[in-house]
Parts: sequence; C-alpha cells; structure tokens
Amino acid sequence: MLYREAGDFKTSYTDDGQTFPIKFDRIGYYVALIVAFAIVPFVINDYWVNAIFLPFLIYAIAAIGLNVLVGYCGQVSLGTGGFMAVGAYACYKFMTGIDIWIGGVQYALPPINIFFSVILAGFVTAIVGVLFGLPSLRIKGFYLAVATLAAQFFLVWLFNKWSWTYNYSASGQISAPERGMFGVPVTGPNTEAWATYLFCLVFVVVLALIARNLTRGSVGRKWMAIRDMDIAAEIIGVDPLKAKLSAFAVSSFYVGIAGALFFSVYLGAVEVGEAFGIQKSFLVLFMVIIGGLGSIFGSFAGAAFLVLLPVLLKNVLVSGLGWPTDLAAHLEFMIVGALIVTFLILEPHGLAQLWRVIKEKLRLWPFPH
Amino acid sequence: MKMKLATLALGAVMAAGPALADLTFSSLSYRTGPYAANGIPFADGYADYFTLLNERDGGIGGEKVNLVECETGYNTEKGVECYESTKGTGALVYQPLSTGITYQLIPKATADGIPVHSMGYGRTSAKNGSVFRNIFNYPANYWDGASIAIKHLLDLNGGDISGKRVALVYHNSAYGKEPIRTLEELAKKHGYELSLLPVDHPGQEQKSQWLQIRRERPDYVLMWGWGVMNQVAIQEAVNIRYPMENFIGIWWSGSENDVKPAGEGAHGYKALTFHNVGSDYPIFDDIKTHVVDKGLAAGAGDQIGTVLYNRGLYAAMLAAEAAKTAQELHGTATITPAQMRDGMEALSITEEKMAALGMPNFGPSFTVTCTNHGGDGYGAVAQWDAKAGSWSLITDYMQSDQDVLGPLIKEDSEAYAAENKIEEQKFCP
Repeated sequence: MLYREAGDFKTSYTDDGQTFPIKFDRIGYYVALIVAFAIVPFVINDYWVNAIFLPFLIYAIAAIGLNVLVGYCGQVSLGTGGFMAVGAYACYKFMTGIDIWIGGVQYALPPINIFFSVILAGFVTAIVGVLFGLPSLRIKGFYLAVATLAAQFFLVWLFNKWSWTYNYSASGQISAPERGMFGVPVTGPNTEAWATYLFCLVFVVVLALIARNLTRGSVGRKWMAIRDMDIAAEIIGVDPLKAKLSAFAVSSFYVGIAGALFFSVYLGAVEVGEAFGIQKSFLVLFMVIIGGLGSIFGSFAGAAFLVLLPVLLKNVLVSGLGWPTDLAAHLEFMIVGALIVTFLILEPHGLAQLWRVIKEKLRLWPFPH
Repeated sequence: MKMKLATLALGAVMAAGPALADLTFSSLSYRTGPYAANGIPFADGYADYFTLLNERDGGIGGEKVNLVECETGYNTEKGVECYESTKGTGALVYQPLSTGITYQLIPKATADGIPVHSMGYGRTSAKNGSVFRNIFNYPANYWDGASIAIKHLLDLNGGDISGKRVALVYHNSAYGKEPIRTLEELAKKHGYELSLLPVDHPGQEQKSQWLQIRRERPDYVLMWGWGVMNQVAIQEAVNIRYPMENFIGIWWSGSENDVKPAGEGAHGYKALTFHNVGSDYPIFDDIKTHVVDKGLAAGAGDQIGTVLYNRGLYAAMLAAEAAKTAQELHGTATITPAQMRDGMEALSITEEKMAALGMPNFGPSFTVTCTNHGGDGYGAVAQWDAKAGSWSLITDYMQSDQDVLGPLIKEDSEAYAAENKIEEQKFCP
C-alpha cells in the first residue's frame, strides 16, 4: 500500500538506472536531505552536535569506507584505526603547513585551507592504504586480517615515535588550530554548532553518493566478483591486482577523511594511542557487520546503532532514572552486547537486511496474497 | 540518511536534563575500565565532601551544591559528551582527572568561559595564568613532581647524583610524556643519565620494559603510571627483585590500590604526594557523622581515608574554597562560572583556613595569582609500609627547582600563545 513500485513507470534507461528507482525511497531520500540541510542546522546546539551528530556522521564515513573493503571487496581489514590516524596526522600537517628539512634548512608550505586539508589527508591515507593492501594479493581471510593488524600497530607506533608528525610538541598530542571556510571557523574552540555540522554533512553526503555510485558501477561489480569468488572473477577478466588495490585505495580514502574530521572538527586534540587504538578498528568493523556488509545504508545504520545507543542509554539510565553512573556504564555494555547478539542471531546480514525484509513486507501490506 | 529521522526521534528523551540547581559542580569520573581502580576513590572523595557541605553547612554560602557525575571511562570521546551534557547544567568548574581530556577542554572551556582545575595533572604550562586564563593546576604540576623526585634523590645521595642512572617508566600518552622535558633539563644540571621506557595504554603488558630494567639495573626508577599500569609495574618490580626504596612513583602512582596487589613485596615503595595521607583528621569525624552514618557515602563507601579518596576530598575542598572566595568577591551566593574563575584566581589557602576546615596540615599553603595559576610547587615523598598497610610521609614538603621550571613553563606557554594567537599581558596587570 504505502511502499510499492507498481504504477511507477520508467520510460528511459536513465530513469531505470537512477540511484533510488522506487518513488517512495526517492521521496524519503529527498526529505532526509532537506531535513538534514535546512532544518537540523537551525535547531541543534553544542550538545547535539558534539555528542550525537558529529560522531554519527564521522563514523558513518569510516563505516562506508570499511564497507567498501570488507563488504564489497571481501578483504578483511583490522587497520581502520591506524588509517584514521594517518588521516588525522596528515590533516594536521596540511592545516598547519608542512615543513621539510633539507640539509638543516627548513622549507615550509603555507597552511592549506581546512576543506582541502581534509581531502588531501584522504589521498595520503589512500596511498598508505594501498601500500598495506599489497599483501592482499597473496593472502586472504584471517591471514590478511593479521597483516592489516600489523598496519594498525605499526602506524600507532609511528605517530608516537616520529616527532615530525606532531610538530615536535612535548606531549605528543596534536591540537587543531582555528581554521575555517568563508570566514566561519569549523575547527578550534570558537566554532558554532551548525558550522561544524554542515561541514561534516557535506562530506558525508558527497562521499555516500560517490560510494553508492561506485558500488553500482563496473568498479563495484569487479569488487563484488572478487569477493564472491576470486578465481572465477579472474577467469572472466577481472584484474585482481587492480580490483583489490582500488578497493584498498577507495576504502582508505574514506577512512582517512573520517580520521581527519574526527581529529580536526570533532575532538580538536588527539593522542594516537588513545584515539586511534585497536578498539577503533573493531568499533568500525562492528558497525559494518551490524549495519550490513555490502550496503551503504547499512553503514549509516551501523554507525547510528553503535554511536547513538550508548548515548541514549546513558541519558535514560543516568539523567532519566537517576541511577549511579558506574551501574549505568556497566549496564550499557550488557545491553549493547545483548542487542548485538540478538540482532545477529535474528538477522545475520545486519540492519540493512532487516530493512530490506521490511520493504518486501511493505510491498504486500496490507494484502499479503 | 534515513537514520537522521530516527536520530531526531531520540531527541525527546535526551533533551530532558536535570533541573538547574543553585551551585552545580561536575564530576567527570571513571568508575569503569582499566583506570577505575584509581578513578573510584577520587570520585568518592570528591562527592563525599560536597555531600558533607550540604548536610553539615547547608551547602556553600547558604546555597546547596548539586554534584553532577558523568562517567568518562578515561575516554576522550566520552569526555566530550560529558562536558557538553554537564555544560548545560551550568557547571562551575571542571576537574576531569585525565590529562587527555584536560588537553581537549583547555581551548573549549576557555572559549565557553568555564574554569578547569587540573590538580596535579594536565598541561603543566597552564601555570602561566597570563596565557591560560581559565585553566588552573595548583597546588603542584608534573614538572614540580619530576623536580621533587630528583631533589629527593639528591638528598639521599648527599647532593650529588652525577653518573647515576635514572630510568623513567611512563604511560605512553600526553600524561606520561609530560615530565620528560624537565627530567632531561635536570639531567643536564645534575649530571645523571636518563633512560626512557614507554608503556602503552592500558599498561598490562610491561614484561619487556622490566626485563630491560633487570638487565641494565638503573640506580633509580621513576614512574608516571595510572590505573592498572601501576599495579602491574609494582608487581613486575617485585618479580625482578628491584629494590623498592629506589622506585619512586608520581602522585598518581601511589595509592593503596596500586601497592596492595604486590603484597609484602611492595614494602618500601615510594610515591610523591602534594597532600597528607591517612584519616587522622577532624574532618573524617564529620564525614562519618554527616555522610557515612546517614547512608549518603558515594560509591561503596569503602575508600574513606585512602590516598586517592583524600585527594578527591582535597580537590573538592579547593573547589569549595574557591567558590566561597568568589561569593565574597562578587557579593552574591549564586555565582556563575566566570565568577568562579575569579574566585579561583583569588584563592589563598593558609594553615588557619585548613585547620578551620578540619584538615590541619593537610596540604601546603599557597596563593593563586593572575600570573601564577599553579601554586608554589610543594610536594613530599610518601613511603608504603606493607606490614602496617599504610602510607606515611618520610620527608617535609619541599619546593621544586623553580630556576629550571620557570623558563620551561615560560617557553611552553609562549609557544601555545603564539600558536593560538593569545596576547599575553592582556589579562594580568
């Protein structure tokens, strides 16, 4: 009744091939965009943006990135935290002006605009990701997971050790100075809630669109062919070298941008071991698995689930019911854990599959026969 | 994108925060995770002191205190959430008990005009109040700690430690890296050799560091540890039979919870402190009458009198005294965070004041000024007696080497000022 494709006629291939071929989906998408761009910025405050929207949007980018690699190309990666660190530190170097020492003389680039710093950080991470993706040509599955785990530990060690990356600060911390677009600060302490929110939202929307279209096109089909059976894919003419490395590059680009935003816009100051440790890799991997492998919507759903649920539980248990904070924190672990297990038993393909099933049901509702 | 709608739907529940109270203090505590063993006693002490004020005196200056606790788990992301959620309740001062979260709050809280008191942690150069207007770290900071530890070594060796080998076992984070600059500078002055042994978060894996210590046998080992790292390090030191009296921890590595797991072996372990230990003070009688006996003690109520409980108590006392000072200064009982800042800057802790509060000789007396937000840097050395199961001070309060620290603080704070385009001298006459 509500949700159906019957009567939604397409008269051209372009129409048929659009991102959201069903009218109801398309309207929902436009409504979400209008709400996100035209309504939310006027109503959010510091709490909403810093506790809810920024982590959600940034983790969504990271989850899309990892989903490209794990969900679409079938290459398991545990290096997400390390790649986010590359993005964060690259962004820091770009936004403060890269300095190079040759023969005792310092050559420094001027600081680059924050928007381009974030994008450049994505490219740097893509290069690093390709380097660490090289083992994927010879090993797969658990063995590849271990190789990417090495990337995770190596990168964290590197950013602790190599003082050039944190501009020789005594504490080893990197702090984002105030930078902005069109005179409006988006990093540093004096930001407005709407500015940081919109800044991240633009990245999310553009990157999600690109990811969606990449995965529907020939590149994505090659990735999926490799995922489903690499030998068969090779026989039908997919070059595993190009497919795997392009998946690593695209995935790392996304993860790098997420890391850059995580550091510059969201936290403002990070310490590599604490912010980009192994738990970050697992967190993003859980988002992808819970959200649904091989689904852009699933990345958003997974990020929302793991970012928003703890905040919601905390607010209900502590602020709402007035329980002790430690009890609430322990319960939070138990509830989130139990929900994850329940979800995965009921729907092993994640929240995205759940949504697909609901859509199937909605097509027939209320006349199931 | 569709989740956006669902996100908004969560709003109705979340928007309902606690009602605005008269004087709100926030406690960014951590009672869970690898640092909970140290986080719990501090949070209990902090909460109990405010409960005592409410029960005994009816609050501060006639205004009840509303303590809002928020669990950070020593995690910066949760710290941000906690800061934003408690900011809305009008919290007067933040004491995050985490160097990482402090670094994050320094610019944010300054922009929001809320003071931060990082007592014995955080960014050392925040001592320079003409740069860090809203940040306070009295009565002592890490660089004071490093200097006091070296002073203690000098005292033990009759004033000469040249050629001695000192190893620093530190938490590989901003917290643990803080003392390195000072120790290097002091090594130049006193001629000892410094070796650095980082331990990664959370610090349960220290075998290789202690193997290295066992091989190289440094004369002294200093430790900048926190949470589970402390217990592990002390146990490892016992395992390699390192002489405990040559093992000195910073004040964050010297609580009962850190030494007890190692049992008898930890006997003689030393740690710095900037306040007194034990529960032999009149204030503990009041806590018993007004807090414990009424069933209002925070947490399980089993930490009273421990080192970190006392530190939480001390932190709360300093905050309450600053609030009192602010009330007198501005002639109003309901102060704002900005007025609280003024109160902290005008804070003066004297022996008479502490005695009147039931805490005679509990900490050093000091005065905060506009340019000096860090007190005078006095600290003492405490030693663990495993048989008696108690800490006792073995030295008097001694002052850190201001000749070395002064220039370092100036240099570091000026670098921060230049980076963030802060004009010095603007605030202080």
